Parts: sequence; structure tokens; C-alpha cells
Amino acid sequence: MFARLRYLIALSHAHNIARRYFVTNGFDGVLTMLGLLMGFRVSGTASLELIIGACLGGVVALFMSGLTSAYISESAEKENELRKLEKSMLTSLDDSAHAEAARLMPYLIALVNGLSPLLLALLILMPLFLAQQQLLVGLPPLDMALAIALLLTFLLGVFLGRVSGRFWLWTGLSALMIAAVTSLLILFLHQLMGVK
Amino acid sequence: MAIVTHVVLDVLKPHQPNVLDFASQLADLGENYNVNLVVQEVDDKTHSVILKISADCLDFDAITQHIEAMGGSVHSIDEVDVKSKPRESVE
Repeated sequence: MFARLRYLIALSHAHNIARRYFVTNGFDGVLTMLGLLMGFRVSGTASLELIIGACLGGVVALFMSGLTSAYISESAEKENELRKLEKSMLTSLDDSAHAEAARLMPYLIALVNGLSPLLLALLILMPLFLAQQQLLVGLPPLDMALAIALLLTFLLGVFLGRVSGRFWLWTGLSALMIAAVTSLLILFLHQLMGVK
Repeated sequence: MAIVTHVVLDVLKPHQPNVLDFASQLADLGENYNVNLVVQEVDDKTHSVILKISADCLDFDAITQHIEAMGGSVHSIDEVDVKSKPRESVE
């Protein structure tokens, strides 16, 4: 079964698409969490329960959005590719591995697209969960979560560097720069609106 | 029924699976299958290839079915070698 799945993934180049979705939506997930946590950090009044509740709401929304949007777009794309291939082949490919890949791969890609922000966001929220269970004593949970978010942003950049063959430190720092700019924008907006 | 030992097929296939995978999968269909694949033409999405397959006993239906499962289609059978089954010796 796994050999068949591997064959279908190679046939349809789904691994490249899934990798792209993993980074894109993973980045979405990390930056969304970073934004939410920064908002709570600068406002400074929210309780741990409120922060976790709001972040979990965002996580579920990211998961569902990733799952459904990728499935809808990829199934349409794969169907279109299959019809174009059939046109070139001048025959129906309904019984071929190409049709099987066109049916199955959108599910796999959707799963990657949904799970990447979900898992990364849950990693970021881990200090908050631990603090809620009284397992994180003496460390500020919000700051820890923000540090994990920045670390994951850096690691996503490093991953992109490895994919593209560019210097990993440079791509990691570039991704980190985006996170820094996001944080500064939130701080700026906070100052501008005079939110207490 | 005669035994097929060699066929030459004119096949149109998509770019994926690539020619190496395509030929290898056909070679895995039976024992001692010898597959030779020559690309005749490369188009935007397809390859036209000439497949020469030989073995002591070819399963022709399995070959054509597997070509179709890989998205290919057999345009013509250009050459065949067949031989009769050895008669069972009657004591």
C-alpha cells in the first residue's frame, strides 16, 4: 500500500506540491500565532485561559481553511491536468495510475496543508498548555511561546534554504526578519491606537 | 495455443512514469523479461516509444494492461515472434 502511494506521489509530483503547501501554510500558522501572542503580550491583561482559547480558535480555523482550500484547488487542478493529458493521449485514462493519483493526491496535499499550521501552532502553544497544567514554573509562558514561534520561523527559512540549495543561515535569517517586521508592525499599531 | 516470445510495440506514453520506470515495471511482469525501449518522439506531454520485449513466454495481455495502467496506449504491434507449445510425449 505504501509502495503504491509512493509511486502515485512520484507520478504526480505531489511531494513537491505538498512541500510547497507545508511551508506556505506552516508559515501562515506560525505568523498568525506570533501575531496573536504579540497582541496579548503588548496588551498585557489577558488571562492564560483567554489566550489559549483565542489561539486554539485560530488554530482550528487555520486547520480547516488549509484542509478545504487545498482540497478544492488541488482536485480542480489535478482534474484539469488529467483532461489535458487525455487530450494529448487521445484516449481515456480513467483506469490508469494517473486517474488514481488525480483522485487521491488532493486528499494527501489537503492533509499536509491542514496539518502543517495545526502542528506548528500547537508546538508554539505548548508553553501555555504546560503553564496551565502548572508544569512550567518560573518561566513566562507567553515569552516562551513567542520564542518558539521565532525559532520555528527561522527553521522554516532553513528548510526553504535546503530546498532551494541556498545558504541555510541566510534563508533562516530572512524568514526571521519577516517575523521581526510582523512583531514591529503589531507594536507600532498598538502604540498608534493607544491600546492599553 | 502458441507461445509469444518477442513483441515490438509502438506505444504512446505520458512523460510520467519516465522511460526507465516504464521499462522496469514491464520487466517486472514476468521471469526473464528483457525490455528494450527506444524513444522515437518527444511531445509536450507525451513520448512515442518503441518497446521490444522478449522472454521464454510473454503474457501479452498483462503487458498491454500494464501499459494502460501506466497511462500508455498501444498504437500498433509491429513485430511478433511466436512458437508452438512443445507436444506432450505420449508413451
